[in-house]
Amino acid sequence: MDSDFTSADNELQHDVQPGSPHARFRGEHPIVVRGLTNRFGKQCIHEDLELKVNRGEILGIVGGSGTGKSVLMRSIIGLQNPTAGEIEVLGRSMTDAEPDEEVGVRSRWGVLFQGGALFSTLTVGENVEVPLKQFYPDIETDLRHEIARYKVILSGLPEEAVAKYPNELSGGMRKRAGLARALALDPELLFLDEPTAGLDPVGAAAFDRLTRELQETLGLTVFLITHDLDTLYEICDRVAVLADRKVIAVGTIDELLALDHPWIQEYFNGPRGRAAQASQEREQARIARAAGPEADTPAMDNPAQGGA
Amino acid sequence: MQSGAHFSLEDERSHGSESTGARLLLTGPYLVSTIGGVDRDLRSINGSVSTVDLSGVTEIDTVGAYVACSLAQKHGAEVVGADERASRLMKAVGPSAGGEANVRPERPVTLARVPETVGEGVFEFGGGIKGLIAFIGALMASFGTLILHPRRFRGKALVRQMELVGVASLPIVGLMSFLIGIVVAQQGAVQLRQFGAEIYTINLTGRLNLRELGVLMTAIMIAGRSGSAFAAQIGTMKLTEEVDAMRTIGISPMEALIVPRILAAFLMMPLLGFYAAVMAIIGGAFIADLTLGIPFLTFLARIQEVVPIYDLWVGLAKAPVFGLIVGIAGCYQGMQVKDNSEQVGLRTTKAVVQAIFMVIVLDAFFAVFFTKVGWA
Repeated sequence: MDSDFTSADNELQHDVQPGSPHARFRGEHPIVVRGLTNRFGKQCIHEDLELKVNRGEILGIVGGSGTGKSVLMRSIIGLQNPTAGEIEVLGRSMTDAEPDEEVGVRSRWGVLFQGGALFSTLTVGENVEVPLKQFYPDIETDLRHEIARYKVILSGLPEEAVAKYPNELSGGMRKRAGLARALALDPELLFLDEPTAGLDPVGAAAFDRLTRELQETLGLTVFLITHDLDTLYEICDRVAVLADRKVIAVGTIDELLALDHPWIQEYFNGPRGRAAQASQEREQARIARAAGPEADTPAMDNPAQGGA
Repeated sequence: MQSGAHFSLEDERSHGSESTGARLLLTGPYLVSTIGGVDRDLRSINGSVSTVDLSGVTEIDTVGAYVACSLAQKHGAEVVGADERASRLMKAVGPSAGGEANVRPERPVTLARVPETVGEGVFEFGGGIKGLIAFIGALMASFGTLILHPRRFRGKALVRQMELVGVASLPIVGLMSFLIGIVVAQQGAVQLRQFGAEIYTINLTGRLNLRELGVLMTAIMIAGRSGSAFAAQIGTMKLTEEVDAMRTIGISPMEALIVPRILAAFLMMPLLGFYAAVMAIIGGAFIADLTLGIPFLTFLARIQEVVPIYDLWVGLAKAPVFGLIVGIAGCYQGMQVKDNSEQVGLRTTKAVVQAIFMVIVLDAFFAVFFTKVGWA
């Protein structure tokens, strides 16, 4: 019973085509934006915008409404041709490519749109299978179904959701289904456009935890647009602030708070910002309390800094 | 090591005194991009496998981890040689390994499905009739309300719809009718020449277009142009919850969306039908001037003499009815859209097909009716 199957795959080595299987991106910055300018008619959204995303971080993008957060994301993923500037994703230029040209990165990122953007005539499972079919048609149907199933479970949905249609799901579940589709190809880069908008606080917190867990487990780089201060405090490694048509600052929240920009101060020190900060400190105190008796200071006697 | 995923089976006997099964050694990258080549062969392994060895795996993602987990579960084997990333991934996907996957809702067997589909069709048909009657009832009620409270009537919306249905379709309806007039006159002349009755081309063109073709072709064009637009607009508004939003503000979608559209179709159809007939007669006169030697103005003057006035009334009486049918079909189907975007297309098609079908059926009915009442 000493069989050797190794030779059986000799014909199946069409994977040796250059670039496939993709080596994981080893560079330092999976996303590099240089001198990005976006203009719609007379309205200027971005002017000379610079941004570098570090590998393996969750970068939060914040900014007032209309500062072009979504336009920035659309430019990076190639849905919006910028007026000027250069964009590199996973070491390849997006701006030199024609729209919809296969630049070899579409199979290596996942995008979660604001409303989920699920294909409404397909079940959740079939939605997850769409990218698999598109990029790897040689995966057998059985395995494809199983992959769809475990991705759905991985995204925190119950197993039965696989065979449901998007209109049978609640808003939060639809977001998770969209996340399952974004994760279908085991991407290295994940784009999330306001993932917690419209979710209840419990659901939003759960989604944040899920994002963090997946990011750690799968080694993702996450580009996260959000208005949710809790998300920023809980899971973002760094935060980029969009204002005045530029990224005016990138850094940890503490670093940003040290800056003297009026919008940043208002954003993080407004009532909501302070509440989010306080809740994070409560959470940390709770964890510390659970960890050891010496950290037994009640959070109530230890008011949040700047929370007064 | 970018040469695809491989695996080999080794007998475990050398490690122990008894054969406990084989060691399955996976080598190469186990990624979503490479798994397609080995999955089938991995599934076809039978015989006992006691260990799944991942020490030869160069790269792994969740798909590879999932395959390893489900292999281990299927054979009751133990996974060894996993590096830190592999064990992290297996921990995440392991619990969901080995289940049955149905990405589509269960489909009943054919024997059950046929009667089920037929039954559903019957109920849908019944529901459709009920729905349509309810819709017409609601429409009547809104007309009643609007007559009682004329201030709630949306004049601007009506004018806007009249522009879209009527004015905007003038060029296409005109061109279509002009060409139809040419075809009818030219082909009629060819046939009538055999009896030496070419002069009756004028009767043919004038009567046929005023009585039948002008209105009928216009109704078909409006069903395709405006009926489809009604269904698609209202359907999209249903999907985006705009219709629900209106209701919560206290605006009746019947009054705001549907009455102006149906009324616009009702009012514009007679005008468009008459315009179409005139354009067709001009087309006929044009071709008669060119090929039959009947001067343009003589053709028009003869029309007045040979076409009885009731031909015009027959055409004008049918037109608003056709307008109603097109409007009701479009708006009713639009209001039936729910769930997903596919429905918008489906309902739009239905609106156009139903409208054209009903227009032609009614036209046949009108033809018999008007002949019986003496307007032959």
